Amino acid sequence: MVEEKYSWPYGNEVGQEETIESDVLVLGGGLSGCFAAIAAARKGLSVTLVEKGAVERSGSAGTGFDHWESACTNPCSKVTPEEIAEAYVDEQDWYSNGIAHYIECREGYDRLLDLESFGGKIRDTEGEFVGAEFRDEKTKLMFAYDYENKFTIRVWGSTFKPALYRELKRLGVRVMDRTEATALLVEKMSGGSQEIQEEKTVTGTKEKSGNPVRRGIGAMGMNVRTGKFYVLRAKATVMAMSRPARVWLFSADTTGLCEFRPMQSIGSGHAMGWRAGMEFTMMEKTVRAEFSAAGRSFPPYGAGNNHNTWYAATMVDARGVEIPYVDRDGRELKTVSERYYPAPGQKFFLKGGVIDNPKYEYRGPETLDFEELMKRGYQLPFYADLSRMPEQERRVIWGMMVGEEAKTKIPIYQNYTDRGFDPEQHMLQSYGTGWQSANFLEQERQFFGAPGGVMHDWDLKTNLVGVYAAGDQLYASDCAGFACATGYYAGRKAAEYAKTAALGEVCRADVETEQERLYAPLYVSGEDGVSWKELNMAISKAMQNYCGGVKCEALLKEGLDLLESFEQEIVPKLTAANPHELMRVHEVLDILTVAELVLHASLARKSSSVPLCFNRSDYPELDPVNDRKHIVIRRENGAVMTRDVSLGFFGKLQAEYEKRNQDYIQEVAAREKG
Amino acid sequence: MKKVEFTVEQAPCSTAPLKYDETLCIGCNRCAEVCQCDILLPSAEKGKHPIVMYPGECYYCGACVMVCPRPGAIRLSHPLMNRAKFVPVRKTEE
Repeated sequence: MVEEKYSWPYGNEVGQEETIESDVLVLGGGLSGCFAAIAAARKGLSVTLVEKGAVERSGSAGTGFDHWESACTNPCSKVTPEEIAEAYVDEQDWYSNGIAHYIECREGYDRLLDLESFGGKIRDTEGEFVGAEFRDEKTKLMFAYDYENKFTIRVWGSTFKPALYRELKRLGVRVMDRTEATALLVEKMSGGSQEIQEEKTVTGTKEKSGNPVRRGIGAMGMNVRTGKFYVLRAKATVMAMSRPARVWLFSADTTGLCEFRPMQSIGSGHAMGWRAGMEFTMMEKTVRAEFSAAGRSFPPYGAGNNHNTWYAATMVDARGVEIPYVDRDGRELKTVSERYYPAPGQKFFLKGGVIDNPKYEYRGPETLDFEELMKRGYQLPFYADLSRMPEQERRVIWGMMVGEEAKTKIPIYQNYTDRGFDPEQHMLQSYGTGWQSANFLEQERQFFGAPGGVMHDWDLKTNLVGVYAAGDQLYASDCAGFACATGYYAGRKAAEYAKTAALGEVCRADVETEQERLYAPLYVSGEDGVSWKELNMAISKAMQNYCGGVKCEALLKEGLDLLESFEQEIVPKLTAANPHELMRVHEVLDILTVAELVLHASLARKSSSVPLCFNRSDYPELDPVNDRKHIVIRRENGAVMTRDVSLGFFGKLQAEYEKRNQDYIQEVAAREKG
Repeated sequence: MKKVEFTVEQAPCSTAPLKYDETLCIGCNRCAEVCQCDILLPSAEKGKHPIVMYPGECYYCGACVMVCPRPGAIRLSHPLMNRAKFVPVRKTEE
């Protein structure tokens, strides 16, 4: 243990306040936030980027990612952005973010070229894989999954965040590391109301339209090392603060491991938005958890499997008998190479982040189902055995993909190698029956597989004027390409708006209320107080009990009642001894807000749904036609309001995109010419 | 605003994610600068390695090791329960 004399090393700035003014404010410094800031800075605007960690290595891809999906415009691609974006929408039964997916398919490869120009590595420049089936000899690009259509690119993502950080500095973006955004600044705009007509309260009373127009005019926050308070005024704001976590899964002992995404990413953007009246959709969608290395699973990519980073590893059973891959028609594939090509008569197949068990049309090669394997006498445990693969396929999985994917370079690749793992001589065990090496209970839920998030329009603008969203903050988000492409797009649109807008007037009372809320736990003594861990643990248990695999009105309402009692009785007792603990306390307060949002969203959908993984025992009918819609939800003066939006609200993807992005299309064309 | 004193003590945790080699570490604190969970606090003594103040909050990303200018000065290990098993490859018995 540390000597008792150790004192806080960063100084004490509690009560100090600074106001910073910018054209565009970006909240969150992961991939999407960095690209939002770059887009706005390229338009010549002053940009501030706020990051709770340190931009150099923060966010889900802080230490890397290994493959970039939907790069449909790369020179080797045989698919169009329309084909892939429309396939995603169809695959997800239209509970899909058509707008964001189309932006990813259309502009993603441009962001990859940006990353290369900043110093990131996107092609095999050193010729490590010359002659490999997945490598294009002319461009040196390397492909994953579908070698025929070549729209997923293997990348050296561990080089990306430091490169983005350097570029932000070069462009003069004000980067505020170790700064937690805690609340949006909002002003009511005089005159007029938004055109929301069919809105109702959750009790069913129809309200007349007349929703006051609100404008986001920046944010507030604090330094998580010194406690200094910031008023961040801006003409436009981009929210890029990931998605919620630790709502059902919590470990007081190894908290940092209990979710898939970083410990820092717990949905503060969602909580801030909800408090400010922002609209959300699909927040009722949760899946049975897939990743929580604090107990029920292994570190991602660290156990034997054949998905994602490890696709298409050879799998064997306990006896060493190889497990067959089959195509969508059940035809057994004889060679490793065949695992990377569409079936006869199939144009392309989908694999990757949010694609779990795709429809026949998009289904790619896969190992036989577990039940079928048991029938045929295969025995547990299974292993990934790379020794049986061609040398270049083995080396690209173990050494490049495992090595470049998030959290694999040191904890998996280097440490397993130090422990003696040699992919030519060893096979890595798989746990349980599925490829995730995980065994979760039905009530242990997670936001995964394109979960809910902020509702937005074709500009990635929220219902708050001047506030845009990107990356995992958006509903039905998925991977790195999605984050980068939507970040850049949101930054561009925010910049366009900022050019037409003035700074808003900050209400002093709002600032003082937020300061008081933020600092309160510092004044509760540790002896009398409740720790953030105790409250987080109680919330996750409450959500498992009241909002687990099976939901019904009475349960959900009991859950809300319990969370409200936490707000009344426990929140005033929360204690923090320093700014680090204060940051953790506010994370849990945001988790509490998100839990309430999920309960309200679950109450609002009065039917069950397969694509939303949503099961109401009191409304068991599955996906009735009348409920195949977004139920968009927001809070207005304490009341929860909903409105219905059609699943196809984004219209024809290509046409709607091109209507709004001629400037960008011309920019790209000019660059390709020159 | 009333003045408040900060205090800090190492949080107990059943695992030790990070270990420093004092003979290699130069106390540059680059690891503490990049840690996105901010679990490392600089040592009060100049030239000494940071203190793993909040070990349970480690996300096991490895950024601290990647940024370290002295290879081997800092070591990251998964909790024992998470060390996946590997065995020598088996020839098919079919």
